[in-house]
Amino acid sequence: MIIYTLAFYLFSSVAVLSALMVISAKNPVHSVLFLILSFVNASGLFVLLGAEFLAMILVVVYVGAVAVLFLFVVMMLDINFIKLREGFLQYLPFGALLGIVLIVELGILFLTKSFSQNNLITYSYFPAIAEIENTKMLGSVLYTKYFFLFQISGLILLVAMIGSITLTLRYKNKSKKQIIYNQNNLDTSQAIIKKKIKLGEGI
Amino acid sequence: MSVTLDHFLFLGAILFTIGVLGIFLNKKNVIIILMSIELILLSVNINFIAFSVFLNDLSGQIFAMFTLTVAAAEAAIGLAILVVFYRNLGSIEVQKINKLKG
Repeated sequence: MIIYTLAFYLFSSVAVLSALMVISAKNPVHSVLFLILSFVNASGLFVLLGAEFLAMILVVVYVGAVAVLFLFVVMMLDINFIKLREGFLQYLPFGALLGIVLIVELGILFLTKSFSQNNLITYSYFPAIAEIENTKMLGSVLYTKYFFLFQISGLILLVAMIGSITLTLRYKNKSKKQIIYNQNNLDTSQAIIKKKIKLGEGI
Repeated sequence: MSVTLDHFLFLGAILFTIGVLGIFLNKKNVIIILMSIELILLSVNINFIAFSVFLNDLSGQIFAMFTLTVAAAEAAIGLAILVVFYRNLGSIEVQKINKLKG
């Protein structure tokens, strides 16, 4: 139990510190790398909670896809990032005030109503969590009760893919192509012209 | 001293606050703003999964998965819009995104 507690504090403190570095790093490449660190630590927390499948999905989707996408965009766009940081200190007092207010409000919310006392197990639809392994259980619920939501989430990904491709696609008109429709609609009256050429003269 | 649900909820709250702060402080850089949104979604996921485990109900983990899907789609489209915007204007400053203002 003491190891569990220590691991929780280790993972959560690293996650919070790297999240702070994400918003305060000078170089956006560093912020992307700190974002990756934060997500890896969050997936460690998910393993601690017993949600192994989501922990692995978090690593695969975020670190493998989203963070690399961010890194790709940061490196592809040639931007003067120093100029973009102007006004960071100007907004700092107001932002800090807002952050303190937000965290105090959320803390009051969690302190006054302790959620730990509730237990939904008596009227839960799903099997008790520790019975079988996480992935199997998740699959048995995802493909039965939440099947339509699962399909819709696939549709969302399809729309995202089509949208991002059509946004960034650029047609180039450099190569000369045969237009099949015009080609097939040609007839001999347009294609062949008869001319009488006198001897000794050109056209 | 054992770890309870409240610990995880506090962690989620701290990460959420950091994400909101990131949007406030980096007002000019769209990329950092998108990353802050990812942090906020991560804190939401932590809350979902903590509630799911401590209340012994699997729906939270399913919805965390859907949140992950939507977050990935959002990041992809957001970055595509960013690339198109940079191509058109040569800059990603938020202050310059005011064409619809008239």
